[in-house]
Amino acid sequence: MPETGKPNVLKPLFGMTLEELSALVKEEGLPGFTARQIADWLYRKEIREISEMTNLPVRAREMLSEKYRFGTSEPVKVSASADGTRKYLFGAGNMKFIETAYIPDRDRATLCVSSQVGCKMGCLFCMTGKQGFQGNLTAGEIVNQLCSIPEWHQVTNIVYMGMGEPFDNLEQVLKSLEILTAPWGMAMSPRRITVSTIGIIPGMREFLEKSQCHLAVSLHTPFDAERRNLMPVQNVYPVQEVVDEIRRHDFSGQRRVSFEYIMFDGLNDTPDHVKELARMLHGLPCRVNLIRFHPIPGTPLTGTPDQRITEFRDALTAKGVFTTIRASRGLDIQAACGLLSTMN
Amino acid sequence: MKSWADISWTRAVVSENLKIAESAYLLKFPRTFDFQAGQVVALGTDPDLAPRLYSIASGEQDPFVDILFTEKSGGSLTPMLSRLKPGDSLMVSKPFGTFTKIQPGSVLVAAGTGLAPFMSVLKSGKARGATVIHGASYPEFFYFDEYLEETLKEKYLRCCSRVAGGDWFHGRVTAFIEQWKGLDPGRKHYLCGSAEMVVQTRDRLISRGVPFKNIDAEIFF
Ligand SMILES: Cc1cc2nc3c(=O)[nH]c(=O)nc-3n(C[C@H](O)[C@H](O)[C@H](O)COP(=O)(O)OP(=O)(O)OC[C@H]3O[C@@H](n4cnc5c(N)ncnc54)[C@H](O)[C@@H]3O)c2cc1C
Ligand code: SF4
Repeated sequence: MPETGKPNVLKPLFGMTLEELSALVKEEGLPGFTARQIADWLYRKEIREISEMTNLPVRAREMLSEKYRFGTSEPVKVSASADGTRKYLFGAGNMKFIETAYIPDRDRATLCVSSQVGCKMGCLFCMTGKQGFQGNLTAGEIVNQLCSIPEWHQVTNIVYMGMGEPFDNLEQVLKSLEILTAPWGMAMSPRRITVSTIGIIPGMREFLEKSQCHLAVSLHTPFDAERRNLMPVQNVYPVQEVVDEIRRHDFSGQRRVSFEYIMFDGLNDTPDHVKELARMLHGLPCRVNLIRFHPIPGTPLTGTPDQRITEFRDALTAKGVFTTIRASRGLDIQAACGLLSTMN
Repeated sequence: MKSWADISWTRAVVSENLKIAESAYLLKFPRTFDFQAGQVVALGTDPDLAPRLYSIASGEQDPFVDILFTEKSGGSLTPMLSRLKPGDSLMVSKPFGTFTKIQPGSVLVAAGTGLAPFMSVLKSGKARGATVIHGASYPEFFYFDEYLEETLKEKYLRCCSRVAGGDWFHGRVTAFIEQWKGLDPGRKHYLCGSAEMVVQTRDRLISRGVPFKNIDAEIFF
C-alpha cells in the first residue's frame, strides 16, 4: 500500500542503488553526500516516510517528496504455519500479488523471496508455473519482501526460490543483490544469499560473473527426455550444458553451488538416476538437495516415500556426491517449495 | 538471453521482410548454416541490445531461413525487426535448442507464432502423419494456412477464439482439446506458444488421459 497521501505516480526511492541515488541528488542540486544519507535511511533504518529522513535539510525533504515516495509496501496478508513458517502476501501493482515465506529454524531464519509475479517457465510440478506470467518485480519490490516484514532483523539467509525464475528478470535481481550486499546498502554477506534457477544459461553466466552469492540449480532429473517432460526449458538450455557452464566457474572457495532435486515416485528415483547424477556431477564441488514433492491440484506426479528418499541419499553419498534432504516447512499454509501461487 | 558478447554470431543480410498479417512478419535471410528443425536462433539489430530467441520456421534444406514473428508494442527488439528492409543487416547466432525430437505421427499444438518450429519440421519432411492444431485470435493469424491445408488436409485443425463461422472450431485451443474426439492418449503431443497456452493445454491433455510423458513443449518465454 502507498504511504499515506502519496499517490503511486511518485517514483519510489526504495530499490535505487547508490549510483542511481547519486545521479538523483545531482539532478536535484543536492550535495553529493546526500545519496549515502538517503541509502542509509532506505536500507538500514526502519522509517517509512521521506519526511522522517531527519539528517536531510527540511527543504531537501520537501523537494524529494514532490517527486518521490519512500517506496516500501506492507504485506496485505500473513498466514502462520504450526511449524513457525509464515507466508506473506504483498501487492505488486494492478491487483497482482506475490508471496514470500519466512522460515525460522533453530540458529537461522531463511526468507524465500519472489522475483516475478507468476512465471513463464511452465514446470509441470509447480503451482506458480500454473499461474502463468503477470510481470517482473522491481529490485525495490524484491528487497521490500525483507524490509517490510516484522522479522526483518531475524532473517539470517535469503533464498530466491519463491515465485518466478530470477534469471528471467536478471537486471532487477542483480540490482536487488547489490542493495542487499553493498556496504552502503544492507551489507549482508553474499554467502547468506542463494539464487535458484532452472538453468537460463546466459543469465546464470552473468550472475556468476557479477555476484558472489551462492547458486542453486533445479535439476530434478539428469535424463534429457525426462527433464523435457517436467521442465520445458530443457529444450532451450539442456541441463548438461548448464552443468558444463557451471564447471567454467570457481566453486572451490566459499561460493557454493547446489542442485535441487524434487523426488517423484518411480520417475527420477531409480538406481539409474543415482548413476547418471554421479556421472554428471563428478568432481564438481557441490551439494544435491533432495526435496519431498507436495502434490499440486491436477498433477500426474506423486512424491517418493521418505524411506526411498533416504536410500537415494545414501546411494548418492556412497558415490561421492554430498547429498542432503530438505525439511518440508509450511506445508499447512502452502508455503513449501513449489506451492507458492496467488492463483485463486 | 542477455548479451551478444559471449555467444557466437554472424551478420546476415535480409532478403525479405513480409508483413503477413496485422503486426505479424515473415523475415527471410540466406541460410549459411545447417540446423535441425525445431531449433532457435538469437536475433538482434544492435550489439548493445539484448538478443531475443526465435524459432526457425523454414525447412532444413531451404535456401533461406524464415522467421515468423509478431511485433510487440513497446518491445525492445520486435519494433526494430519489423522495420528491417531487404539489404539491411541482422545479427544471427548459431542455431541451438533440442525441440528437435518430434516423432512421426505426433500431434503438434501451437498458438500464434508457436507454429514456427512445426513449420520447420513439416517443411523438412520430418513429421509424417502429424496432426497440427493451430490456435489464433482472428482468422488472419492462421499463418501458412494454404500450405498446411494442402499438406495435411483433414489433419490440419484450426481454433479461432474471436470469430465464429469459418471451417474452424470457435474457441481456444484448450476448449478444443476438451472436446476433441480424435484425441489419442497414446500419441506424442508437442506444444508451442506462450507459457499460459502451454500450461493450460498440458493440463487439459493430462485431464483427458494423455500421460505427461507423451507431452513435450517449447515455451516462448
Ligand atoms: C525458445 C524461444 C523461441 C521463441 N520463438 C519465437 C518466434 O518464433 N516468434 C516470435 O514472435 N517470438 C518468439 N519468441 C519470443 C521472442 O524471443 C521475444 O520474447 C519476443 O519477440 C518479444 O521481444 P521484444 O524484445 O520485442 O519484447 P520485450 O521487450 O521482451 O517485451 C515486450 C513486452 O511484452 C512483455 N512480455 C515479454 N515476454 C512476455 C511473455 N512471455 N508473457 C507476457 N508478457 C511478456 C514485456 O514485459 C514487455 O512489456 C521465442 C522465445 C523463446 C524463449
Ligand atoms: S519451478 Fe520455478 S521456474 Fe519452474 S515454473 Fe515454478 S517458479 Fe517457474
